[in-house]
Amino acid sequence: MKSAVITFPGSNCDRDALDALNKVSNKVQKIWHTETNLDNDLDLIIIPGGFSFGDYLRSGAMASISPVMNEVKRLSQKGVRILGICNGFQILTECNLLPGVLLRNEKIKFICRQLYLRVENTNTDFTNKYKNRQIIKIPIAHMDGNYFAPNDVIKMIEDSNMVAFRYVDESGNVANESNPNGSILNIAGVYNKNKNVLGMMPHPERAIDINTGSNDGSLLFESLKVLF
Amino acid sequence: MKVRINIALKKAVLDTQGKAIENSLVKNLGYSQIGNVRQGKFVDFEINETDENKINNIVDSVCDKLLVNKIIEDYSFEIIKN
Repeated sequence: MKSAVITFPGSNCDRDALDALNKVSNKVQKIWHTETNLDNDLDLIIIPGGFSFGDYLRSGAMASISPVMNEVKRLSQKGVRILGICNGFQILTECNLLPGVLLRNEKIKFICRQLYLRVENTNTDFTNKYKNRQIIKIPIAHMDGNYFAPNDVIKMIEDSNMVAFRYVDESGNVANESNPNGSILNIAGVYNKNKNVLGMMPHPERAIDINTGSNDGSLLFESLKVLF
Repeated sequence: MKVRINIALKKAVLDTQGKAIENSLVKNLGYSQIGNVRQGKFVDFEINETDENKINNIVDSVCDKLLVNKIIEDYSFEIIKN
């Protein structure tokens, strides 16, 4: 598998993403955001977490028009897998590769903790190693993770099985109490229609070693590995 | 010419920061007559252009491409003559 991690000014999870990829990918590239030419034979691109451009204006807004994003869009149309984590998710919504938007957390607090997700669709390149509706423990760390989209868009997302993960309690129930940030329908991650672009607020790359509290994120990277 | 663009969350979108400000004004400072607080932001810039139609087009274009996320935000703007 040939993969790449994009770094913007203010990215701070790019090294974690590289570490996760180095376990499953034999060719990993580190790409600066001003790059205007990405290799056509990439299998996966990660847009990592952080605070690109200081989160000024809106989270992810300025990174979404960085030069490299034209290439990310071009390759996404060719079917290359794109994974946006946290700030990467915000960037992907800002450049319309994913529907909706991430608002400020409902309680206006930065939240950093482990929580539970339910895998909603195991028929994708990102989740084929998970069991159907498996409950996984993954950390979040964000201020703007409150997923929002107009009603008609939410209907389209649900009808097209585009919800990737939901915030749940330890038993897998979708409840207000298990919703950390106010996201509509507890949505923690969404796909595009073709399921080759995934954005998620939780950090699977921070859950690949049991010594850090969970290794439930490993199966996401293992899922991608089996494809190539 | 100068331009001021005012950007705010749409009315249908919960404005958590506006809500927090409202709580402080009403509950902590006692201004019980105040309600529906909304927080927005403005962007000012100078523009080397005098034709107002052209300025309107440029402002709409930069709002569309970067300054405003139309899923959640509305904007208005004023042109300030030097």
